[in-house]
Amino acid sequence: MEETKCSQEKQLKFLEEKIFNVYKPEKDNLIQILNEVQEHFGYIPKYTQSKLSEFLKMPMAEIYGVITFYSRFTLEPKGKYTISVCLGTACFVKGSQKILDRLKERLKIEAGQTTEDGMFSIDETRCVGACGLAPVFTVNGEVYGKATVQKLDQVLDELEKNI
Amino acid sequence: MEEKVTLTIDGQEVKVNKNTTVLQAAKQVGIDIPTLCFLKEINAAGDCRMCIVEIEGRRGYSPSCITVAEEGMVVHTNTPAVVDARRTILDLILSNHPQDCLTCIRSGNCELQALANKYNISKIKYEGERIEYEKDDKSPSIVRDTNKCILCRRCISTCKNVQGIGAIDCANRGFESCVSTVGNNSLNDVNCTLCGQCIQACPTGALHEKEEIDDVWKKIKDPDTFVIAQTAPAVRAGLGEEFGYPIGTSVTGKMVTALKRLGFDKVFDTNTGADFTIMEEATEFVKRFKENDNLPMITSCSPGWVRFIEANYPDLLPHLSSCKSPHQMFGAILKSYYAEKENIDPKKMYVVSVMPCVAKKFEKSRPEMEVDGLRDVDAVITTRELARMIKQGNIEFTDLEDSEFDDPMGEATGAGAIFGTTGGVMEAALRTAQDILTGENLEKIDFEAVRGGAGIKRATVNIAGKELKIVAASGLSNARKILDEINSGKADYQFIEIMACPGGCIMGGGQPIKSSKIRSEVDVRELRAKALYTIDEKSTIRKSHENPALKKIYKDYIGEPGGELAEKLLHTEYAERKKYNILD
Amino acid sequence: MKTIEEIHEIRKNKRKELDLRVNTSADTREKHILVCHGTGCTSSKSEKILENFKTIIKEKGIENVRVIKTGCFGLCAKGPIVIIRPEDTFYAMVTPDDCEEIIQTHIVEGKRVERLLCKDIDGSKVNSLDELNFYKKQKRIALKNCGVINPEDIDEYLAFDGYSALEKVLTQMSRDDVIKTISDSGLRGRGGAGFPTGKKWELTKVVEGKQKYVVCNADEGDPGAFMDRSILEGDPHCVLEAMAIAGYAIGANKGYIYVRAEYPIAVKRLKIAIEQARDYGLLGTKIFDRDFDFDIEIRLGAGAFVCGEETALLESIEGKRGQPRLKPPYPAQAGLWGKPTLINNVETYANITKIILNGAEWYSSIGTEKSKGTKVFALGGNVNNIGLVEVPMGTTLREIVFDIGGGLPNNREFKAAQTGGPSGGCIPKEHLDTPIDYESLKEIGSMMGSGGMIIMDDTKCMVNLARFYLEFTVSESCGKCTPCRIGTKRMLEILEKLCAGKGEEEDLEKLEELAKNIQSASVCGLGQCAPNPVISTMKYFREEFEEHAIKKECRTKECKAISKITVDPELCKGCGLCQRNCPVNAIKGEGRDKRVIDQDKCIKCGTCLSSCPFKAIK
Repeated sequence: MEETKCSQEKQLKFLEEKIFNVYKPEKDNLIQILNEVQEHFGYIPKYTQSKLSEFLKMPMAEIYGVITFYSRFTLEPKGKYTISVCLGTACFVKGSQKILDRLKERLKIEAGQTTEDGMFSIDETRCVGACGLAPVFTVNGEVYGKATVQKLDQVLDELEKNI
Repeated sequence: MEEKVTLTIDGQEVKVNKNTTVLQAAKQVGIDIPTLCFLKEINAAGDCRMCIVEIEGRRGYSPSCITVAEEGMVVHTNTPAVVDARRTILDLILSNHPQDCLTCIRSGNCELQALANKYNISKIKYEGERIEYEKDDKSPSIVRDTNKCILCRRCISTCKNVQGIGAIDCANRGFESCVSTVGNNSLNDVNCTLCGQCIQACPTGALHEKEEIDDVWKKIKDPDTFVIAQTAPAVRAGLGEEFGYPIGTSVTGKMVTALKRLGFDKVFDTNTGADFTIMEEATEFVKRFKENDNLPMITSCSPGWVRFIEANYPDLLPHLSSCKSPHQMFGAILKSYYAEKENIDPKKMYVVSVMPCVAKKFEKSRPEMEVDGLRDVDAVITTRELARMIKQGNIEFTDLEDSEFDDPMGEATGAGAIFGTTGGVMEAALRTAQDILTGENLEKIDFEAVRGGAGIKRATVNIAGKELKIVAASGLSNARKILDEINSGKADYQFIEIMACPGGCIMGGGQPIKSSKIRSEVDVRELRAKALYTIDEKSTIRKSHENPALKKIYKDYIGEPGGELAEKLLHTEYAERKKYNILD
Repeated sequence: MKTIEEIHEIRKNKRKELDLRVNTSADTREKHILVCHGTGCTSSKSEKILENFKTIIKEKGIENVRVIKTGCFGLCAKGPIVIIRPEDTFYAMVTPDDCEEIIQTHIVEGKRVERLLCKDIDGSKVNSLDELNFYKKQKRIALKNCGVINPEDIDEYLAFDGYSALEKVLTQMSRDDVIKTISDSGLRGRGGAGFPTGKKWELTKVVEGKQKYVVCNADEGDPGAFMDRSILEGDPHCVLEAMAIAGYAIGANKGYIYVRAEYPIAVKRLKIAIEQARDYGLLGTKIFDRDFDFDIEIRLGAGAFVCGEETALLESIEGKRGQPRLKPPYPAQAGLWGKPTLINNVETYANITKIILNGAEWYSSIGTEKSKGTKVFALGGNVNNIGLVEVPMGTTLREIVFDIGGGLPNNREFKAAQTGGPSGGCIPKEHLDTPIDYESLKEIGSMMGSGGMIIMDDTKCMVNLARFYLEFTVSESCGKCTPCRIGTKRMLEILEKLCAGKGEEEDLEKLEELAKNIQSASVCGLGQCAPNPVISTMKYFREEFEEHAIKKECRTKECKAISKITVDPELCKGCGLCQRNCPVNAIKGEGRDKRVIDQDKCIKCGTCLSSCPFKAIK
């Protein structure tokens, strides 16, 4: 896990180039900034939180409150492969729960967690909008439609080969 | 003439000022709508839904704490449906709350417990998951037990809006929502000032002081330890409330008797310590004023405030008076002068400060608060803890005779007494400073401009022919305003008094906790402050430098105020503090 | 910046150029290959298809053929979809490898690629879009441009009356005229609650205030709903234009679009559209040379369903936790940063330009007495034609499910339709003939909602469905007020108990009591509506709840804990298909043996159920 976390220097460089020079230091911008940080680092590092606290002049607890409210933001880095199972109603009705159960069983982690080797994370998402292909899961954003337990197994086998 | 509106509540017509809430309006006709998350002037969000009422023509129920009365409104506060909904809400809160009232620090003074009684809840209706949270008891002052939190968020509003700190906020979402510091770290390691105002806001036992009662009992029972109690001015103005006295009753004499009955070897008055503080602080001020050295000078007797400036405005630390706070000074004198005089081994002395404050627990544990390896103060207990000890000691407080503080440090001045309220330190210091500056014994001793409950009180006083600009601020968001004035160059004050708690020590985090209902009905600050000003008025000596015991100690032992020994015993220093101690 | 004359010129020329898009008998030698780039088709590689077409055309040196990316055609189940105009040939489930053949056969040789033609439910091949039953009962107003124009090209939008409504409003109509037109049209909020749109505009207009805001709610959070996303992906300018019109009407010069970050394609197209509109001077200052300024910014959501609630959305735009505010005051009085704010959702805006151009009377002639116009639904679940449909208000559920949706797959029986997502309810088959409008749906215990419509067959357990929705609500509750924060959790726990066979009869009473009080005592719509899926399923399928509570049985076997999957030896032919498909090797037997399921190993995933050709597994 540790190696996937990024150094304070890297964080500061990103903040200085992409945030402090671009955004006004106003609280309103917090969510926009966090979206960029999440996008860039794959999580919101603590050091970045403290720098944003100084930049936006708001307490860290408040920033933490915002981060933990929105499910897109995470406090820990995600695995190399994030597998998201859609639990939107269309997918649910078509059996996505089975896909999720199988995934948890294979990776031995719960949704929202990352495997110890840092390779896989499981996410539950609410509708990726590919209802026509239900049920779907995604691997790092790539959609696998009309999913079955077998198809999931195949994909996982393939990914595990690459480790 | 303020505009009025007329509405009907439970069949009674009531005329109220425009912008009155339904909750307030109901109170005017003797209807007590239950509340939980509401706290006057601090939190009105309509979140807990206890105060819901039915308003004709409105969909669903409306929270009376924030619904503004309108002309012709027809309100029902107690229909079977509303009561049913309210009871369900209560059932739900209880389903998510530990059922350990018997062992809870707030038993008997818990707003949730009171409501459960009121609604005759005889069993826990809904069972289900409760998230288990680790207790945070790392700080020397405050224990945070999220398991008991009902998410009323009164603490958050207090910390964020009243104090301007924001050490805690709401984290997570839905059922997992909780009050949390950043990353759920200990209050000790984040921007918390340990002022304890959150404790005053908490309706349950989720926030409370870190108790030191057991340690104190142990020392009292130990025949080899000489245990001394000293009591801060504000304690006597609050303690009575824990025994049924009206708010603002001064119980000095009974308190002293109780402490002696508990087994303290000596009981002294921290007011005397306050007199020392004034001697030192006034002397320091006169010197700095004459030399124009780091003005304005700011008082340093409120440890929450000191922790605040150290973490938030380290550049302004030179403005802080170098004086220790009264109980620390007093502790240092007890373990030096008094020990020597009475021939007691100071190592066997155990000084217990009874304080209206939880930050004092942190202050007494600061590494620099010692002289020659002897801690100034060994334990700090709050007003509430003292009340608990008195009850544990089987003492019928109301039946007690009055008694006097012990000699030779017994007699304190009225100046020392008013230390417990905002503006009091300033007033006491001015009484002494003007005499030092003029070399006379002036008769003008009341400085009305710095009295009263305002958060910021600015005044210009004429002392020894000089115009002096002063300001007294209480509450940390007010403190922040003053510091920002200094930073922006707008401040032209020479002397500033700051207390962390709004209203001063009488409203400290260690004082008796008043329910939301009481806080809605009376001005607790005003009543308690009045008790202290009455003590001051009735005092024969009202200037610190005229305290005979103090004069004698300076003469016999310390020497000059601000002199070498005074520096060693009574002064300290400050250093920048990390606001967040959580980054690896 | 373009002058008004230049805009008019682009409109005229471009319209001529694009005539073949809407006119099958257009007089042209050109052909346009339209490749759907909605999220569904993009997920199945439509970008690669587009790229392949372009490469092949270039390689072959073919002239007069253009390849265009468009928004969603609606019939997502058949994606990726490619349509060739002007002849309107509809190719379904196209793969990147098919491009070569389409170009060679269709474009070069002038013959249709038979194997790729879309088939209707009855198996008949369909030559053009209009022949599909799926489209016959639809009426496209909000989706008018979706699948017709390239959403990333403002000129194509201009070609089909783009920004004419804004021009009309600014040059010919007073602010009151605009509001009157919207009011008279009878348009009601398409976000779910159905508040009259004209009234909302009026309320915001009459509030005094120098600074006002127009907000577009594009935080489409209902699981299984993608109407708004399709509009933003297929026709972003129609939303921008409508927001500007609203700005003029209420007196605002600034707009915000709050859109889910989970919709990257929509966000990208919105950004392009805003840039292009600014370039042309259709956003900015002195629009159409009038004394009217208007600009729009995008704000991204970050994954919180509750932000679809208008006041929570405002909090989120302000950078805070998306916790709803108490109403009153309504956003019209005190909205964004305390200023008067108009909030409408995407689909509502998508109707505005058409109402302005065609008139209130035209619009109000569509629909029912109290619900005018059309409604877009995202049709999903156990229905053949999964996709996006737009129907006139008053269309019955039966028409949507069976005529447009083509019925249920595998000839299964219709059990219920769910509308309104986690805030709505289930409609059982006895109400299939209910006309879809705000009032009728409410009357039968559901609601219009934003437009998700999930069809369920008889294999679906209604207790489990209620549990599913409560699970959603619990994970999406903001946690602000007690009834929603703790109450929905306790409801969920009771439902979980029922599904696990650990419930009791009194649990049903508890559910009802909680439902009633959560409805009445919660702060916002999310909490107030959270019990709806439970209330409506208990109303129509109470016997299933009782079965779970008392007999500990689940008739559909969806609730694994109280159901066993077994092989009926009478029907089993010993083919072994189930065994080969079982992911956990729980099925025993060799050769032609009748198969037996090892209950200890079985994870009740149901794979065998669907793999058995003899329906021997139950």
